[in-house]
Amino acid sequence: MGRIPASYLINRLTTLVLTVLIAATLIWIIPRLSGLDPASAALGRMAAGGGSVANADQILTQLRESFGLDQPLIVQYLLYIWNTVTLDFGLSTASFPTPVASMIANALPWTIGLMLVSLIITFIIGNLLGALMVWENTPRIWKVAIPSAMVFTSIPPILSGLLLMYVFSTQLRWFPLSGPYGLNVEPGWTLDFATSVLYHGFLPALSIVVVTFGFWALGMRGLMITVQGEDYTTLAKAKGLRPRYILYRYMIRNAILPQITAFALKIGMLVAGQVLVERIFAYPGMGKLLYDAILTQDYPVIQGVSFVIILMTAVAVFLVDLIYPFIDPRIRHGG
Amino acid sequence: MTMQNAAAPETAAPDMGGLTRRQIKRMKRFDNPWRNPKLIWGAALLLGIVALGLIGRIFWDTDMVFTGSGLPRQAPVGFENIRGQIGTWAHPLGTDVTGKDILALLIVGAPNSLYVGVLASLIGMSIGIFLGFSAGFIGGRTDDVIRVGSDVMITIPPLLILVVFQAAYGDISLTIMAILIACFVWQSPTRLIRAQVLSMRESGYVHMARLSGASTGHIMFREMLPNLVPYLFGSFIANVTTSIVTAVGLEVLGLGPQRVPTLGRVIYDAINSGALIQNLWWWWGIPTVLLAVMFIGLLMVNLGLDEVSNPRLRRL
Repeated sequence: MGRIPASYLINRLTTLVLTVLIAATLIWIIPRLSGLDPASAALGRMAAGGGSVANADQILTQLRESFGLDQPLIVQYLLYIWNTVTLDFGLSTASFPTPVASMIANALPWTIGLMLVSLIITFIIGNLLGALMVWENTPRIWKVAIPSAMVFTSIPPILSGLLLMYVFSTQLRWFPLSGPYGLNVEPGWTLDFATSVLYHGFLPALSIVVVTFGFWALGMRGLMITVQGEDYTTLAKAKGLRPRYILYRYMIRNAILPQITAFALKIGMLVAGQVLVERIFAYPGMGKLLYDAILTQDYPVIQGVSFVIILMTAVAVFLVDLIYPFIDPRIRHGG
Repeated sequence: MTMQNAAAPETAAPDMGGLTRRQIKRMKRFDNPWRNPKLIWGAALLLGIVALGLIGRIFWDTDMVFTGSGLPRQAPVGFENIRGQIGTWAHPLGTDVTGKDILALLIVGAPNSLYVGVLASLIGMSIGIFLGFSAGFIGGRTDDVIRVGSDVMITIPPLLILVVFQAAYGDISLTIMAILIACFVWQSPTRLIRAQVLSMRESGYVHMARLSGASTGHIMFREMLPNLVPYLFGSFIANVTTSIVTAVGLEVLGLGPQRVPTLGRVIYDAINSGALIQNLWWWWGIPTVLLAVMFIGLLMVNLGLDEVSNPRLRRL
């Protein structure tokens, strides 16, 4: 158990590398196909700022040189791939000399924090509710309440976010409207700061949880129906074990494993949904960075953010694939 | 979701060996799995939205999607806005800050969202059916390429690539947006069909067809495809949902078609003008609820189709 065959590892690694490469290539090709010249765009911004630009031709040549546009396409491409792989996305054009990489580094912890918290909560709640939908000892009221709560599944979190924001922030004023923490607290490792972050993060996380737990619950329900018919469940019942013990130790334990692979299929959608939630709650993560970059037409930032999010997704899928044989000994790769 | 209890005390029908009337009704429903309540309710919700778009065009002036069609910030009928003006029947769902009529925006915008979803999903399904059958049937190198390709593409969130695309190209039409989204929704039907084809290829009736000299095309489309119909429908609806989510995501970021009214675009304008703080709830709230109803309809159709294709999920 737990030993990963080399062929499986190579297979997964190839997928990871290919994903990253294809994403990087798409991000590189798309703006070039549009025929947009970054040098003249930069010149245009200078002209817009200063009214007119002297020696425009010389500046244009120099800009093209500094962007590397005088090189052959293949050299540009290889240079770009090298820079991207080493996480060097150049400088932001809107807030000029700031490197894109450092902007992303500031935003990333917020995004990862929010994502991890909401993922863990939905995974637990979703699977538990899904299991309760099938379990025969579930109180009747739960069996009606859970399916009705699942109506919201597959609504994009931005819509639930708007509704929750309206009810709890603008009407009831229970939660703050936007921002990652209160204006009156100093960022640092203090209790005040931590509670403020949690308080501000509650609504964004909730708006993701209410619309995504149903996905796990539905999957769990299907798996539980299978487990319910297995002989070991019948045996456990015949032995007279307590129903709750059977539920946790026999049924959920066996049913939950395939759910973990469902991460791979769902994580892309989750990340994309969260990008939009961050935008409406003005949460200083990748989503807000992306939105601000779209407003200011800051292409290096747009490309950098998109690439980093795709990279994160691909790495997460890779890790899930690697961990899986350790948690489910029934899976033998390459056999 | 219907939650009947199998042991519900009902008046027993005299001649059916102790089965209650409700149970008999349920047994009959098994004969035709397509008469599934979830499926019917979901389809009704979606048809309602289509009807709003079609009938609305006849009875309502859709030119009111333009700026200045009415007084700005009018509340819906029965409510009053911040200046104490009571909503009138001239704009039953109110107007936004530039005087666009919300009802007209819904009538034009809702079918646009469905159109993008259905078109993108149709294209994605066609690619998926083609690739899935090729991979499962031909096997070998073709299978390897298609399998790795779909494994790779399934992890890339469409929204992010499309953001890069739209940031570079600016305004695009609804159809182009649908085609772009379609480039990212072929993977799951491909995987699904490949898996099904692989398991069906060895089944008795396919062997039988092959022995009787049927052509590959005949086996694929006349023997195997009909068995895949419930799966295909389910996958199609799931893809419509994904496509609409992606399209709405782009629109809410201010990308997507700029000159055609879409529900996401209305929400984008509302958020940007501070509609939440100004308490113009009808401006962002009504499109949000309409989109939510659309997704609920799609989810119910999808759940219904799951039960059609997987009898174990049905409840007696």
